[in-house]
Amino acid sequence: MNKPRLIIIGNGMVGHHLVEQLVQQGATERYAITVFGEERHLAYDRVHLSEYFSGRNAESLALSTGDFYAEHGIELRLAEAVTAIDRDAGKVVTTEGRIPYERLVLATGSFPFVPPIPGNDRDGCLVYRTLDDLDAIRSAAENAATGVVVGGGLLGLEAANALRGLSLDTAVVEFAPRLMPMQVDAEGGELLREKIEALGVQVHTDRATQRIEDGVDAAHRMVFQDDKVLETDLIVFSAGIRPRDELARDCALEVGERGGVVIDDRCLTSDPAILAVGEVALWNQSIFGLVAPGYQMAKVAADTLLGGEGESFRGADMSTKLKLLGVDVGAIGDAHGNQTPGARMFRYLDPLKQEYRKLVVSSDGKRLVGAMLVGDNGVYDTLLQYYANRMELPEEPASLILPSNEGAPTLGPDALPETATICSCHNVTKGDICATLDAGASDLATVKGETRASTGCGGCAALLKSVVDHELEARGVEVDPSICEHFAHTRQGLYDIVRVEGIKTFGELIDKHGNPDTHRPGSSSAPKPGSSSAPKPGSSSAPKLGCDICKPAVASILASCFNEPITDAAHVPLQDTNDTFMANMQKNGTYSVVPRIAGGEITPDKLVVLGQVAQKYGLYTKITGGQRIDLFGARLEDLPDIWGELIETGFETGHAYGKSLRTVKSCVGNTWCRYGVADSVGMAIKLEHRYKGLRSPHKLKFGVSGCTRECAEAQSKDIGVIATENGWNLYVCGNGGMRPRHAELFATDLDDEALIRTIDRLLMFYVRTADRLQRTSVWRENLEGGLDYLKAVVLEDSLGINEELESQMQAVVDTYQCEWANAIGDPEKLKRFRSFVNDSRPDPDIIMTSERGQLRPA
Amino acid sequence: MTTATATNPMTQTWQRLCHRADLVPFSGVAAWVETAEGPAQVAIFYIPCGPNTPQPAGPNTPEGTLPGPNTPGEAGHESELYAIDHHDPIAGANVNARGIVGDLKGQPVVASPLYKHHYRLTDGQCLENPGLRLRTWAVSFHEDRVMIRA
Repeated sequence: MNKPRLIIIGNGMVGHHLVEQLVQQGATERYAITVFGEERHLAYDRVHLSEYFSGRNAESLALSTGDFYAEHGIELRLAEAVTAIDRDAGKVVTTEGRIPYERLVLATGSFPFVPPIPGNDRDGCLVYRTLDDLDAIRSAAENAATGVVVGGGLLGLEAANALRGLSLDTAVVEFAPRLMPMQVDAEGGELLREKIEALGVQVHTDRATQRIEDGVDAAHRMVFQDDKVLETDLIVFSAGIRPRDELARDCALEVGERGGVVIDDRCLTSDPAILAVGEVALWNQSIFGLVAPGYQMAKVAADTLLGGEGESFRGADMSTKLKLLGVDVGAIGDAHGNQTPGARMFRYLDPLKQEYRKLVVSSDGKRLVGAMLVGDNGVYDTLLQYYANRMELPEEPASLILPSNEGAPTLGPDALPETATICSCHNVTKGDICATLDAGASDLATVKGETRASTGCGGCAALLKSVVDHELEARGVEVDPSICEHFAHTRQGLYDIVRVEGIKTFGELIDKHGNPDTHRPGSSSAPKPGSSSAPKPGSSSAPKLGCDICKPAVASILASCFNEPITDAAHVPLQDTNDTFMANMQKNGTYSVVPRIAGGEITPDKLVVLGQVAQKYGLYTKITGGQRIDLFGARLEDLPDIWGELIETGFETGHAYGKSLRTVKSCVGNTWCRYGVADSVGMAIKLEHRYKGLRSPHKLKFGVSGCTRECAEAQSKDIGVIATENGWNLYVCGNGGMRPRHAELFATDLDDEALIRTIDRLLMFYVRTADRLQRTSVWRENLEGGLDYLKAVVLEDSLGINEELESQMQAVVDTYQCEWANAIGDPEKLKRFRSFVNDSRPDPDIIMTSERGQLRPA
Repeated sequence: MTTATATNPMTQTWQRLCHRADLVPFSGVAAWVETAEGPAQVAIFYIPCGPNTPQPAGPNTPEGTLPGPNTPGEAGHESELYAIDHHDPIAGANVNARGIVGDLKGQPVVASPLYKHHYRLTDGQCLENPGLRLRTWAVSFHEDRVMIRA
């Protein structure tokens, strides 16, 4: 029997969330579902749209893959606009035909409002809403030097950020007397203006554009109400949104006076066969232009479609926490205090740090009814919990916004009621999290997977972690932080011991700080009775050896601290085989060799030598992702000869085998490229030579791009550097590979010296505090206090350790020596490079065959 | 060659393998050895007794003529020398001598360098795979010479 058809019009964030909700609630059993999307892209993350210009593409912004729809038997028809709804026939009309529906959901979203100004349709007058809009902006920006955003609200400032990312001289024009008039008051607006102007973005408030005409020095001239003018090459309108309700109007569904399809608490329109969700829906005279209320509507709509009687939509909290152009802005509840009779206000303004905080409390001073933050959102989470859970305020409410030496007073997770919403995007409460833990989840990742908390905007990540940690602790779950059975310490603990006590060998460390009971007979870890390998009773003085977990970890710590050659007799037994033989073991026991090619720059002479060496030793050659050349298939006994020839030509080891700096990838920079604004190759080489000897908890990859086009993909690296006209922008803790993570902007407009100083501190802090084999991305995600904390430590020296970090890095730099050059000169060390100690013939079991003109393992 | 074989000890003889100076303290090297079944690649591990910091290899063996039997399993890793198959059947490559030596629950082991599973040095048992056991040989110092019984 054919299932009745459910049609969803619109594949934006809310439309997609509705599909997810339907799948989750089993609606595919009941309905045949068809989704129409007007855009050619799968639903994507519009909240982070401006990142499209800082390296993300449509794929990485996408909320799912087409496979998700196919897997669940949902028909997805992209780039197919619905042109009409024939309610009498129960059909939708598209550019391709007519399709009958049983139920219909409007998730058509909104469109950017373009003010009716003469000239608003000139070439180069654009809007900011879709990926196609962004492509148009990017293409127009190629021939532009200046850009203006009309609209100084949330979306306008986002658009301004995007124009800045395209290296345009950017200005914002706002009709109201201040920026973000909805979220902030006059004082906050003034502070916001100062901060944004400091970033080089001009701010013009109180400006009503009268017309746009031909410019003299630029493509357009904007004329304002007082006949003042502003010339610009590009104009982006971002002056608010309007619901896409034209389909509803045409088929005579009830719409609001100022637009929006009227819905009830179950998301039903005036026609009970039709529902509406998201920014097109008008509930109780309100349009909700945020993603969280849209998601709540989607959940209710899915329930309605399945005939459920779950929670209805009851409006949504419009509290927001934003980072616009790098400036924190937060608004909670009745931030202006004009909807609460008798409300009292506390204000705190720090003109030096440029921070503004305002509390709106009830007339009895007991409840928080609103708050406003500019410049620092540090206390947002705490304030939101007071507000959302109607918790009683402390006796001195002002303490919540006053600076304090102990940092902001935070509300402990134990103080939150079970009903407290932790993640508003996915509506996850503390109770939901506890239920997941009670059902067996035992770590943060599982809780995130089960509840989806913190997978929307991510704003609640820190809070979620503290709730999970606290609740796990309360349940007596104790995570043993010991690195292995030999030490009751974490890697960080061992690092501190090594530094403080100046311990220089593994033997000394395990003798002084190893677990005393390791392999003592009769301990709980004794082998099974009868096992032939049981240690002889009484052999209590047998030395402790360590294992393949603690030995390489300690080797790395010792190298980070003292930088003695890893092949020295005291250290060589600690190393993984790759470090021992300074090459990468491949599956047949041969090794690959990767000489350093700093910044990916190589002379023709050196290139020739690589070819000759590969020919002579029968090596397979491949270009790596890090702009180097990998020579595969080297036999153990050939490694010293191969390196002898490479070193003679001026090559040095590339550390491809080590947990250390691999490569600094670079684009060609302004030396050749017409778009380049700095010498990215030169900087890449400088960085690579500075950090090439640093042993760290895991491998490190850098990238340097010569302009914001970002050809070196620096934002997928542990350390990413991007040139701007004003200096270097530093991005940190990105990752490619298995779990990609976009690097975060850490500092801007740095000169060479400041850039290196900042990287010195950050890397040494990572070396000092990361877990074993923890990449910077995971380290950063687990760092309590997150990016703000990291910035405080590295940029503001909040721990007072920067001098030490810098001198420690300098010591590593000063003691660098090429490990291969060191080993080649030492016959004792070379003795290891024999396949067999009693026979010089090669291992006969290594058999090669030929493929595409090269050798490979048979 | 991947599983333990019960070779009659009566047919085994002590052979010279290499010198003490060929060994790497707290680590392994590989060597060829003649067995009754033909030539075999063995991984020799040298775990000096006493202080846990590797010292350069040097003569410090007690006096003796031919070494006494150094039966695997009898003395935990108080024994100084171990020999197991160099071939790692899980990886399908001859690499065991290049793994990290350590102890797990009091038993001396080597971690295969390719997939990091552990072989017990005393009897060749793979700790992660109960059905897999490598061959082992008795090894001992005779003055500065390393001898193996095969």
